[in-house]
Amino acid sequence: MDNGMEEAGNIMSAAVQESKAAYDSIQARFGSAVSEFDANPTMPFFEVSDLSKWVDIALFMRDDPRLKFNYLACLSGMDYPEQNQLGIVCNLESIGHHPHRIAVKVKCPRDGGAIPSVSCVWHTANWHEREAYDMYGMTFDGHPDHRRILCPEDWTGFPLRKDYQVQDTYHGIKVPY
Amino acid sequence: MGLLDARISNRNVLVTSVDNVMNWARLSSLWPMGFGLACCAIEMMATNASNYDLERFGIFPRSSPRQSDLMIVAGTVTMKMAEKVITLYEQMPEPRYVLSMGSCSNCGGPYWNHGYHVLKGVDRIIPVDVYVPGCPPRPEALIGGLMKIQELIRMEGIGITRQEALKKLAEKSVDPQQIIDQARRATA
Repeated sequence: MDNGMEEAGNIMSAAVQESKAAYDSIQARFGSAVSEFDANPTMPFFEVSDLSKWVDIALFMRDDPRLKFNYLACLSGMDYPEQNQLGIVCNLESIGHHPHRIAVKVKCPRDGGAIPSVSCVWHTANWHEREAYDMYGMTFDGHPDHRRILCPEDWTGFPLRKDYQVQDTYHGIKVPY
Repeated sequence: MGLLDARISNRNVLVTSVDNVMNWARLSSLWPMGFGLACCAIEMMATNASNYDLERFGIFPRSSPRQSDLMIVAGTVTMKMAEKVITLYEQMPEPRYVLSMGSCSNCGGPYWNHGYHVLKGVDRIIPVDVYVPGCPPRPEALIGGLMKIQELIRMEGIGITRQEALKKLAEKSVDPQQIIDQARRATA
């Protein structure tokens, strides 16, 4: 009984198998530039281990007829203080072509880290990357309009970092309660 | 006591002071500046609309601070917005009044601790005359606050500072519990 349940847990659902197939095409093309596939049932993902290949991977994922990831549903920022890293998570889908979806994680060093911008691949990434920069502080190389998007342009610090401390005053106005 | 509550003689003559007439005119045509910052603004718009009909008090939103004498700070004031609120306040001609509507503009509301981007109370940047609590306050509460502003105007006069008028208003305050109890008894 226990073994049976364990086996059932290990079997990938049809949706995850679709994502695995998409990952296999990417892995066949880029080899060690991408990490192992993680069959997370909520959102299967892989990581880009070679940062310089990220734009090429993105273009391949968008244009290859087997993949056609034409829709960047979300781009979120992440802070990993234990690994001393920042990162982004891109949720990708293929509207009107394939039923598969996958998440791509890209990480960079926490201090002065930079990630190549994919705003030329998916225009959605333009504002999302600005938001990730605004909240976490990684730079996006090649971004056409690299500014904060929500906070004032002269704001100090990056509010969603785990160790963020709010500034005492902003233009002479007290900030903390 | 309102000006028109005084007995008018059968010759339609009313004897009163200039102060009273001026105050009556000002409090009967309070023109708030039409700007909203968050969900409180939805309640403010509902109060302006036909169900609650603020125009019966002569209150009618204007689209320019230069034509307004009341600022209803309806919603969350972000640090980015704070300086614009100061500018708008300074553009209003005196005498001007500020009503802080809702928990956010009163004290930061739900963002008081983790809202790095929120000004914790609009009274940190501009003087506030009346605070309306609530998240957001119902239209009745906003009308109550606006009537407080009207009462404040009634307290004013030549040679009386705003501080003194506010003090007089506070001295004249009514304990709401008695009114609530009275209303409950009436409906029971």
